[in-house]
Parts: sequence; C-alpha cells; structure tokens
Amino acid sequence: MERKEWPLWEVFVRSRNGLDHKHCGSVHAPDAKLALQVARDVYTRRQEGVSIWVVEAGNIVASDPDAKPELFDPAEDKIYRHPTFYQLPDEVNHM
Amino acid sequence: MYTQALDIPQQNAEKAPRAVENPAYQAEFDAKIDAGGYIEAKDWMPEAYRKTLVRQISQHAHSEIVGMLPEGNWITRAPTLKRKAILLAKVQDEGGHGLYLYAAAETLGVSRDELLDALHTGKAKYSSIFNYPTLTWADIGVIGWLVDGAAIMNQIPLCKCSYGPYARAMVRICKEESFHQRQGYDLLLTMMKGTQEQREMVQDAVNRWWWPSIMMFGPHDKDSVHSGQSARWGIKRISNDDLRQKFVDATVKQAEVLGVTMPDPELKWNEERGHYDFGAIDWDEFWNVVNGHGQGNVDRLAARVKAWEDGAWVREAALEHERKRAAREHQAA
Amino acid sequence: MTTTPAHIEYVTRLGDNALILGQRMSEWCGHAPVLEEDMALANMSLDLIGQARMLLTHAGKLEGKGRDEDQLAFLRTEMHYRNLTLCELPNVDFGRTMVRNFLFASLQVLLWERLLASSDTELAAIAAKSLKEARYHAQHAGDWVVRLGDGTAESHERAQAALDYLWPYTAEFFAANPTDEAIAAAGIGPAWSELEAAWEAVVVPVLNEATLTVPARTPFKSYGKFGRHSEHLGHLLSEMQYLQRTYPGAQW
Repeated sequence: MERKEWPLWEVFVRSRNGLDHKHCGSVHAPDAKLALQVARDVYTRRQEGVSIWVVEAGNIVASDPDAKPELFDPAEDKIYRHPTFYQLPDEVNHM
Repeated sequence: MYTQALDIPQQNAEKAPRAVENPAYQAEFDAKIDAGGYIEAKDWMPEAYRKTLVRQISQHAHSEIVGMLPEGNWITRAPTLKRKAILLAKVQDEGGHGLYLYAAAETLGVSRDELLDALHTGKAKYSSIFNYPTLTWADIGVIGWLVDGAAIMNQIPLCKCSYGPYARAMVRICKEESFHQRQGYDLLLTMMKGTQEQREMVQDAVNRWWWPSIMMFGPHDKDSVHSGQSARWGIKRISNDDLRQKFVDATVKQAEVLGVTMPDPELKWNEERGHYDFGAIDWDEFWNVVNGHGQGNVDRLAARVKAWEDGAWVREAALEHERKRAAREHQAA
Repeated sequence: MTTTPAHIEYVTRLGDNALILGQRMSEWCGHAPVLEEDMALANMSLDLIGQARMLLTHAGKLEGKGRDEDQLAFLRTEMHYRNLTLCELPNVDFGRTMVRNFLFASLQVLLWERLLASSDTELAAIAAKSLKEARYHAQHAGDWVVRLGDGTAESHERAQAALDYLWPYTAEFFAANPTDEAIAAAGIGPAWSELEAAWEAVVVPVLNEATLTVPARTPFKSYGKFGRHSEHLGHLLSEMQYLQRTYPGAQW
C-alpha cells in the first residue's frame, strides 16, 4: 500500500443555531464518515457544537498570502462603502 | 497537560540553517512580530522560526500523549465511579490536546506520522515529568494540582504567541485545563479529610512530585539555550525563572490549606523580595531524566511504540476499505 | 409499584453490563491505534460509566439497603455480578473490541427503545438518555466492523476470528430465567424472545457488508447474567476494586 497516513480533514463547528460554522482544527480520518465521528469526539466534548462540517484539507482552495496586496489592499480606499463616511444632520444621523 | 522541555535542544540538533532569506519578507515578518501581530500558516517565515515552532509544538504534543500514560495507569483502579469518570475525561482531554497541537504543527508542513516517528525513534523530546512513576492514587491528585498547575502557568502566555495556529490551539487547551488542576486539588482535599493512611499517601506523593514540578519550568534563564531568540519571536513571553517563582508563590498557600509540607527546608517568605525563596534545584537529576535515564523513560516510550505498531493493521485496513469503496463507487457511476 | 427481587436483579444486570464494558473500554485509554480513536473509545467508555452510575444508583434504591453506586460497583464479589459474559471478555485487539461493541450496542439500541415504555419510570428516563449513546456506539462500531471485515486480508482475518470467538456469547443475550419472565409480566422490560429476531435483522446485514461469515449457533452457553462468569471477571474486579478493598471505609 502506498499511502500510510490517513488524510487530514479540516473541521468546522457551528456552536449554536444562528451562528456560522467556524474553523476549529483538524483530524485525520480514512473516510468522511469517520472524519465526522471523530470530529465530534475531539471538538465537541463540552457541548461546543450543534453541527459539524468536515472538508478534506486537500480540497480547500486558499488565497495566496503573497497576493495579499492585490487581493485586499484595493478595498482600502473605498471608504464610501462604510456608513460612517456620510455626515448627516444630527436629527437624522441615526439613519 | 504539560509543557516544559520547550527550550531543550534536540539530541542532534543541527544549527538552524541560514536559508536564502528574502530581506523584504524578513522586514515584513519582523514588523509584524514587533507589532504583536500573528503569523499564519501560509505566511512567509524565516526557516529557523518554522523549525523552532515545529520542535516546540511537537515536543508539546508528544508531552500530552506520553502524559496520558502515568495517569492512565490508575484509570482501571480509580476508587469510585465518579473519580473514574473524572480521570478518564481528563486523560482523554490530554489526548485531545495532543491532537490539537499535532494539527497546529502540521500547518508548518510536517505530517503527524513524521512527528510520531521522531518520538518513537527517540529523536524528539517530551516533558521529562512523565518519566516519573505514579505509585499511589494520591499521585493522581498531585499531578493535577502541581503538574497541571505548573503547566497552566507555562501555557497561558502561549495563548498570545506569535504563531496563529499554535496560539489558537493554546486558547482551546487553556480553557479545558482549568478543570484539571481543580479536580486534582479536590481529590487531595478529600483524601486529607480521610484516614491517616490517606494523608500519608498524599504527603508522600507531594514529596516525590514537588521538585520535578518546579523543574518543569526548564533551566534557569542564564542557562537556557533558546530563550532569547524565542522571546524575540514572541514564541516565549515570560522567562523560565519568572514563571517558576510565580508558581512557587501561588502553591505555598495551597499547600497550607491542604495541610501538606513541601520537601524543601529552605522554602520561606522573603519580605524584601516579596516572594518565597526556595532551595537549589538538582539539575543533574533533571538532565538525567531529560536525557533518557529517568525511571520511566524506557517504559513510556515502549508503550507508545507498542500502541502505534499494534494499531498499524487497523490504520491500513481503514485506508484499504476506503480505496475499495471509492473504486466501487467509481465503477457504479 | 412494589419492588420485587426480579426488578432489582434486572436493573443490576443493566448496570453491570455498562460498568464492566465501560471498565474494559477504559483500558484502551492511551493505547488506541490512532489518537482520534483514543478519543472515541474514551467517550464511549465515559457514556457507559455514566449509565452504570445511574443504573446502579437506581438498583441500590430499589434494594433499599442503603447501598450506593460505589458500594455496588466495588464491594460485591464475582457471583453477585449480573453482567453478560461478553462484556467481561478481554479486549485482545481493536478488532475484537469493535466487533464486541457492535454486537452489544446493537442489542442495547433495541433494548433501550423498548425500555422507553417501561413501567419503571426511572428506568424509562435512563433509557431515554442511554438510547442516544447506544445509537452512536452501534454506528461507530458497525462502521469499523465493515472497514475491518472488508479491509485488508489481515484485518478480514482478525475481524472474522473476533466474530467467531464472540458470537457464541451472544446466545446469552436472549437467555431467560424466571427473572426475565417476571420482568416481562410486570411491563418493566421486553421479553428477550421479542428482541432476538430484531437484533439479527440489524446485525447480520452489517456483517454481510463486512464480508464476514456469520457463525452457526453451537450448544455453547454462557451464564454471566445469571451470576456464573468466566475466569476473566475475577481479574477485572481485583484490579477495579483494589483501593476500596485495601482501605475499607475510606472516602475518595
């Protein structure tokens, strides 16, 4: 057998309904079923979750940290997207 | 859970190589560290920083899983069902902490199997405290109180360490740890209220674990190999000696409430310093255990290796089954 | 409802099953094939110890002699334990552990489902909690039986050997004595004869999926639940009871 190590799965847990799933760590598992089971055993021992996603780590496509400037800096000067950019008269400023 | 040997060099540590380092990246990295920011997995980092982290995080992870053994020694003999459940949950937490930490180390481009291989072949270190035997049930309480107590002091500063995945793992670990120290102290309190034999057991355990516990903070600052660089990198935030003093100061009061004495005639309050003075640490003993000559070194490692080797057929079977299943699914499609 | 000896005996059996298997599973802690599975086994052991505590506490109350969960767990001798023999057998390897968990947890799922309607309301409440746990155990172990049975040649051989060894002990699941008849008559629990076919209907398809051969029934009989155990229980108890026996009356 070529591959000896179980694949790595990233684990995302929704702590309660109404909240997003949040990345909380990873586990090794041979298949999706066991990945979910052990994610439950590892990451929700103290009622930390009501729902779990597991994604095989190799299937995650991540942005390149070296591309940070071109990806994220251009948003810097679009200050007009933020509500605080607009100065309104006091009477209506709660808008 | 337990950190200690964190700035102990690997047995055959080569000098950190001066990789072809890009000065612009280096400047950006330094600025981030100086501003108290976080480095994330895919960010550029100096090779020596990466290597130090891999060594430190994996030593820490190894300590957690080897640390399951001395306490695991008493799970089947726990005296009540409540204590059995508490101890099993605690030892399981240690496994969980090991798992979080291996996961953090893996973000640095090493695999868990490589790290385990380093442990199994004796190349990697783990906290020397786990090479001491657990001789009576009182040891379980004393480990919770002193060993976990020392570990917590070591670990809290790491929640703010500069490497994001490590810091986040430590936040999770520290949250879970507080139960460990408290359950240990609670166990000892119950025993101290019990029979004379029980009180003797507790005192004997304190006598055996006190010095190893304060050794957990590592060598004195003046003798510490990696502390300077690690502090610069924000991997280590408070010095060994400062943490040790903080631990001693906090523990003396707890010992009084418990009704035990520490095996150190020089332990006394120093009004001028505002701290407790304590006797000289036997560093020969420390280094002997670190270097593999403690009572439990051979047995602990053998137990880990046996579990790993005995489990090989299981791990292989699961992979093979998944391969077959996927092939069948592919054929059906 | 007036308490009968059969009632106490029945609840003690359920408590002892959970206690003894929980104890066996806890032996894995720190020694599992992979860290993730260490976590899973400890969780299942904790579930079983939790069930044992509730059930033995309940048994002690029914008995009315002031014995609590610990006195029942730590201060009885072999012949007074009422667990299924299957639960006390040594772990041996991960294969036997998983096959055993699967066979046992599959029974527990069916049993707890029936006990939701028990005339003993305390037992019904324990069943509600335990059922969720048993379902997870049966799923986890069943998946492993399939992985091991339909994995490598070695794992298939080990899984088959585990099944061959354990299968004869499952006849005891459905054995009945006057206690069982009284329990069914009082509406406390189901007649075992009702569960046997349902259990096989759950277990056999999984074993087939695992490419394992279901052994034929043999004349072999075990009697743990009637108080006659294998040699293994004594060793398990001498370890488990060590502190309580060595320091009588001490508080822990």
